[in-house]
Amino acid sequence: MMSRDSAPGAGEAGDVHPPAHASHSQSGQAHQAYTPVFTPGSARRKELDNVMSRYPTQMAALLPALWMIQHEHGWVSEDGMAEAAQVLNLTPAYVKGVVTFYTMYHQHPVGRYFIQVCTTSPCNVCGAEAVVDAFLRHTGCQELGQTSADGKYTVIEVECLGACGFATPIMINEDFIESMTPDTVPHVLAGLK
Amino acid sequence: MGYPHTPHDREVTVLSKYFGDKEAITLDGWKKRGGYTALQKSLGMTPAEIVTVVKDSGLRGRGGAGFPTGVKWSFMKPSDGKPHYLCCNADESEPGTFKDREIMRWTPHALIEGCAIGAYAIGAETCYIYIRGEFTECIAAIEAGLQDCYAAGILGKNAMGTGKTVHIYVHRGAGAYICGEETALMNSIEGRRGNPRIKPPFPAVSGVFAQPTTINNVETLAAVPHIINNGADWYKQWMRPDNPKSTGTKLYSVCGNIQRPGNYEVPMGFPFKTFLYDLCGGPLPGRTFRAIIPGGISVPIQTVAEAEASLMDYEGFVAQGTMLGSGGVIVIDDAQNLVKQIARAARFFAHESCAQCTQCREGTAWTTKILERIVAGDGTADDLDTLLDIAENMTGKTICVLSDSCATPVVSGIKKFRGDFEALIKKRKHYLVPAVA
Repeated sequence: MMSRDSAPGAGEAGDVHPPAHASHSQSGQAHQAYTPVFTPGSARRKELDNVMSRYPTQMAALLPALWMIQHEHGWVSEDGMAEAAQVLNLTPAYVKGVVTFYTMYHQHPVGRYFIQVCTTSPCNVCGAEAVVDAFLRHTGCQELGQTSADGKYTVIEVECLGACGFATPIMINEDFIESMTPDTVPHVLAGLK
Repeated sequence: MGYPHTPHDREVTVLSKYFGDKEAITLDGWKKRGGYTALQKSLGMTPAEIVTVVKDSGLRGRGGAGFPTGVKWSFMKPSDGKPHYLCCNADESEPGTFKDREIMRWTPHALIEGCAIGAYAIGAETCYIYIRGEFTECIAAIEAGLQDCYAAGILGKNAMGTGKTVHIYVHRGAGAYICGEETALMNSIEGRRGNPRIKPPFPAVSGVFAQPTTINNVETLAAVPHIINNGADWYKQWMRPDNPKSTGTKLYSVCGNIQRPGNYEVPMGFPFKTFLYDLCGGPLPGRTFRAIIPGGISVPIQTVAEAEASLMDYEGFVAQGTMLGSGGVIVIDDAQNLVKQIARAARFFAHESCAQCTQCREGTAWTTKILERIVAGDGTADDLDTLLDIAENMTGKTICVLSDSCATPVVSGIKKFRGDFEALIKKRKHYLVPAVA
């Protein structure tokens, strides 16, 4: 009989990685100069060139390019959209249209730990709303979508994360944690640096 | 929570055989378990031969629509001088469904092999696996698997030394349920907003990059290597004797108020009652089942009596007033406010509507508002008729079926559980105030 133990990478608070970007400006602070992501010869530029070779059009590399910008800066600013437009021969307005369609691109800076709690029906019947309340209470975020005063946390409700059998699943930045209950919230938060 | 659970005696583990087996995730481990023999065999066959085997097996799309896979593949005209594309739909976002996630993170090579065979069968040199942005673990597993395959010469310009070209790339989504709709998925690959396209033209004529394209679900493609290795008759051993239209095994994701949620693989035609009570352990202590949604939140809600009478295949669920859909079984028990859950489902659709069709954009939003008003105790006697009227206008009138999907739980909910709605409305705090001031 094969071993059917825990899933790879599932479950423990210690598994949550810190954000890839070192730091980013919080809303309210002075506008900082934008650091381009795809400067000629840079690793990201090479990565983008490699991605572009997979598609017959340049435009198809837009979603991947936006992901790279978000990984570097923590969000996709107007400057970021302009850079994506410039490297892919698109207009900034077109890029903005795409960015605003997809919920995972942040159009504003978010906390260092971006916490998404699934509350769609299958998780809802298993008590997901209590998990949301617990996160708001323990992070000091006043309401959904708001960032805590120390810039550490942003908590949002998210539509179906696709892990309904392991209610309630949450995502912290790029990491999944399954089977959350209000009781496990402080433990998970304690694991975040 | 047992996860992944040890298979029940009555499960038939074809796709889920290696869930939980960490060695199977790697290329070497997968090869030891018979991996890539089917691809080797396929590359020695003609594409037409592969299509025939898949057609004969009776395999149907596991993403929700249930279209015969071999027939879909046969729409791709060989030697038309155009580049063909295969897109694998791994945008699993249907609430209640989490089977593709398990396939990708435990057996990434099962999908890669299925994609390679599918691509070759339809004359495509390129396959894009569109994975929803939230599935970071799946993306990492598939990317690592692809890297190993390229290094081992399984993929690339000389796939398995046969001189044939098969490229597979991951395309990461960015948070949009609608991108699981095939034409929206293609737009998203092209770097556009994920708005569904008007059909015709159908993807087999003009799909991604305006070229002939086939879109298949993860589970569908993962089943293909087994069919190639074992033959169409082997796959057809799993079906009801009186229903040859549904064949093979199906993965069901079970969630909600039930003892043992998780992924289960059973043959077509399996009795749903046995499934719910024996395999999944029945209701939680002291509770009883109230309503079952067997195929993801887009299919009609079943009463417990309907569910218990259902046989688990495409036709069996239709006979009991619902659909097999994506196989996401959502169980709601007597401790829940059913109307609140229907309202929550409507809110999901309102959030996910791409907003290009008026009926959907307005309909999902107003349905949600009215339902939430009823749940809050401010519903009026007219509200149910209004909801049904809106639902009528949302069904069959839009570019894609998201609008219909929003109407489905509302219509079936009101039809089968009207008392729940009326009880809430009768409790209205200010019942003497007219609905329109």
